[in-house]
Amino acid sequence: MASPSTHTAHHAPEGFIRKYVFSLDHKVIGIQYYFLGLFSVFLGMSLSLLMRFHMVNPNVVVKWFATLWPAAAAGGVMTPELYLSLMTMHGTIMVFFVLTTVPQSGFGNYFLPIQIGAEDMAFPVLNMMSFWTTFLALVVMVMAFFVEGGAPLSGWTAYPPLSGAGPLTGPGEGMGQNLWILSIAIFCGASLMGAINFIATTVDLRCKGMTLMRMPLTCWTWLVTAILGLLGFAVLLAAGVLLLLDRTVGTSFFLPAGLFINDHIIANHKGGSPLLWQHLFWFFGHPEVYIAILPGMGVTSQLLSTFARKPIFGYKAMVYAILSIGFLGFLVWGHHMFMSGMNPYSAMAFSVLTMCIGVPSAIKTFNWIGTLWGGKIHFDTAMLFALGFVSLFVTGGVSGIFLGQPALDLYFHDTYFVVGHFHMIMGVAAIFGMFAGTFFWFPKMFGKMMNETLGKIHFYGTFIGVYCIFTPMHYVGLVGNPRRYSDFSNVSYLAPVMPVHQFMTYAAFFTAAVQIIFLINLFWSMWKGPKAPANPWNCTTLEWSIPSPPPFNNFGDVHPVVYHGAYEYSVPGAPQDFIMQTDPANVSSSGH
Amino acid sequence: MGMAASLTHDIIHGPPPPVDPGWGGGGDDSEGRGADRRASFTGLFVGLAACTMVFAALTSAFVVRRGLSDMNDWVSISKPTILFWNTGILLLSSFLLDLSRRALKSGARARFNVLWTATTLLGILFLAGQAYAWYQLRQAGMFISTNPASSFFYVFTAAHAAHILGGVGALIYVEVQALRLRLGPAKRTWIDITAIFWHFLDGLWVYLMVLFYVWG
Repeated sequence: MASPSTHTAHHAPEGFIRKYVFSLDHKVIGIQYYFLGLFSVFLGMSLSLLMRFHMVNPNVVVKWFATLWPAAAAGGVMTPELYLSLMTMHGTIMVFFVLTTVPQSGFGNYFLPIQIGAEDMAFPVLNMMSFWTTFLALVVMVMAFFVEGGAPLSGWTAYPPLSGAGPLTGPGEGMGQNLWILSIAIFCGASLMGAINFIATTVDLRCKGMTLMRMPLTCWTWLVTAILGLLGFAVLLAAGVLLLLDRTVGTSFFLPAGLFINDHIIANHKGGSPLLWQHLFWFFGHPEVYIAILPGMGVTSQLLSTFARKPIFGYKAMVYAILSIGFLGFLVWGHHMFMSGMNPYSAMAFSVLTMCIGVPSAIKTFNWIGTLWGGKIHFDTAMLFALGFVSLFVTGGVSGIFLGQPALDLYFHDTYFVVGHFHMIMGVAAIFGMFAGTFFWFPKMFGKMMNETLGKIHFYGTFIGVYCIFTPMHYVGLVGNPRRYSDFSNVSYLAPVMPVHQFMTYAAFFTAAVQIIFLINLFWSMWKGPKAPANPWNCTTLEWSIPSPPPFNNFGDVHPVVYHGAYEYSVPGAPQDFIMQTDPANVSSSGH
Repeated sequence: MGMAASLTHDIIHGPPPPVDPGWGGGGDDSEGRGADRRASFTGLFVGLAACTMVFAALTSAFVVRRGLSDMNDWVSISKPTILFWNTGILLLSSFLLDLSRRALKSGARARFNVLWTATTLLGILFLAGQAYAWYQLRQAGMFISTNPASSFFYVFTAAHAAHILGGVGALIYVEVQALRLRLGPAKRTWIDITAIFWHFLDGLWVYLMVLFYVWG
C-alpha cells in the first residue's frame, strides 16, 4: 500500500505491464477507458442492428442465429425473449460502458489533470483500480450472454417483478440477471472510485493561477459529472444489493405478494414494492442522463469557442447552468414514473421541476449560438461534430418538453416516441460529443493528425443517418407504436408504419456502415497519420502548451502558471488570435 | 469578429494580470506535500459522502418499505442485547483512537502504539460481537428473509460491517507502519484519515442503533 495520495509512485514506469496494462499514468488509463468504450459501442451497436433486422424481418430464417443461440433462435428465427435480451444488453452496455465511460473516464482522465496543470490524478493507484474494476464489470456483463438461459430480459432499468422473480419469468432471468446485477454493482464501485479521484483532483491539484473561474468548461462538466456519479451510483449500488437479495435469499424488498407468473403462484414473497425499485433506480437514472451528456456539453463549448475563434459567450452563465443542471437533475426522477400511478400532485411537482431544467439547457444553447455569432468559423471535422451535438441536443431536448408533461406522457410513454427522444439526446448527442472529442484531442493523444476528408464523410454520413433513424421514431410513436415488442407484423393498425420501420432499419445499417470509415480513420491515423504539432488548432488551454503526445509527467519539470481564462480568442491588441492560458501577455479580456 | 471583440473584450494594458490564488488548490504549489495531504482529505470526505448516500438510500428504502406494510408483514424483531456492548466497544475504540493521536502529537510514540493497538483490537472485537449478534438471531430463528424488519437489520449491519472491515484494514496498516518505525509525515495523513473514517463509522453505528430501536 502506498501513501493515500500517491505521488511517491510517480516516476516513469518500465516494462510493458507497468507501462501499458497496470499503468498508473492518467493518460494511459484514459486511453484504456477509451478503447473499452470503443469495444462496447460496437458490441452495443451490433445488438441494435440485430433488433432492427428482426423487427422488419420477423420470420426470416437466419442460419447463424441458430448457431449463436441454439435455444433462443432454434431454427434460425429469433424468439421474442431473445429480442428482449438483446434490447436489455444493448441499453445496458451503451449506457454504462459507453456513455458513462468514454466522455468522463476516457477523455476526463486524460485531459482533466493536464487542463488544470497537474502532473497526474490525485490518486493514481485508485485510478488504475477504477479502470480494472470497470473492465471486470464489463467481463461479468458479457458473461451473461454465455450462461444458461442467456442474457436478462428486464431492460437496462431492470424493473421488478420481472427482474426479481427468478427463472420462472423467462430465460435469462436466472443466472443472466444475477450476473447483470453483479456487473452493475461492480461498475458502481468503479465509478465511485473514479468520482473521488475527479473531485479531489479538481479541487486540490489546480496549478498556480488556475482559479475555478479560469477552468475550461470541460473541467467544470467533468467535476459536476463526478459529483452526480458519486451521489447516484451509491444509491444504485444499495438498490442493486437489495434486488440481488430478493432474487437469491428470498427477501421481499421489491416483490409483492400474490404474483402469478407463467402458471405459477409465487408464494415466498410478500409486501415488497416494485415502485420502491423505480424510485431508487431513477434517483440514480436521471442524473445518469446528465452523466452521459454533461461532458459532451463541455467538449462542445470548448470546440465552438476554439473553432469560431471567439471567447465562449457567457462563461459564468455556462458554469452556473452546468451547476444548476446538475442540481435539478436530482429532483426530477419522478418524470420517468408518471405511468406508475403516482399521486397527480407529485407528478405535477416533478413536471414543473422538469420544465425548470429547460432553463439552464436553453441558456447553454443560446450561449453556444451566441459564441458562433459573428465568428470566423473553421469547419474542421471536430467542429462539425460539435455543431452536430448542438443540433441533436435541441432536437432531442424539445421532445423532452412533451414527455415532461404527465398528460402527454401517459400517451407517449410506452411508444417509440420515447425511444426517439432518449436516443437523440442521451445516445446520439453524447456520441457526437465523443466524436468531437476524438477528432479534437486525437493529435494530442497519439501525436498524429486524423484524416479530415474521411472525417467529413464520416460526419455527414452519421449525421444524416442518425436523423433518419430517430426522427421517424417520433412519428411511429405518435401513431401509437409500442416499444419493447419484437414483432408488429400482425398488428393491423401498425401496418401503415411498417414501411417507416423498414426505412429506419436501412438507415441503421447505413449509419453502422459509416462507422467503419471512422474505425479506418482512427487506426490508420494512429500509425500512418501526419505528425501533429503541439497546438494544431491554435487553442488556448494547457494541454496544447506541451508536446503531442505529452511526456510522462505532462509538463516536464516545469510547473505551469496560468494567467488567463480558457477562451481568450481574437483579443484586440494581441499578436495572435488566441492567448494561451500560460501566456503572461499583458492583454486580457474582462470576462474571467 | 469585430462585434465579438467589442462585446466581450476589455483591453487592459500594464503588467501581467496577478495570479489569483483562488480557492482550494490554484494558488499553492500543488506538487508539494501540502497538496497531497489536502487531496487526501478531499478524497476522504468525498468518499464519506458516497458512504452516506449508500446508507441514505437504504434508510429511504427502510422507511418506504415499513410504511407499505399494510399487510402487517413488518414484525419488529427482538434485538440481541450484545448490540449495546458492541456499541460501547465501538465508542471506546473511537475515544482511545483520539487519545492515541494526541499521544503522537506530544511525541509519546510508545503510548501511541499501545492506544492504537487497543483501538484495532476493539475494532476486531466489535466485528466478533456483531457476528455473535447474527448467531443469536439465527438461533432465535430470525433469518434475513423472515420479515422485512429482519431483512433490513441484516442488510444494515452487513453494510456497516463491510465498512468496519475496511477501517480495521487501515488501522492495521498504520499499526504495521508504527511498529516498523515508519511513521513519517506522509503517514500522519494516513493516521488522520483513518481516525476520521473510524469516527464516521462510529457515528454511523449510533445512527443505525437509533434506527433499529426507534423504528425497527
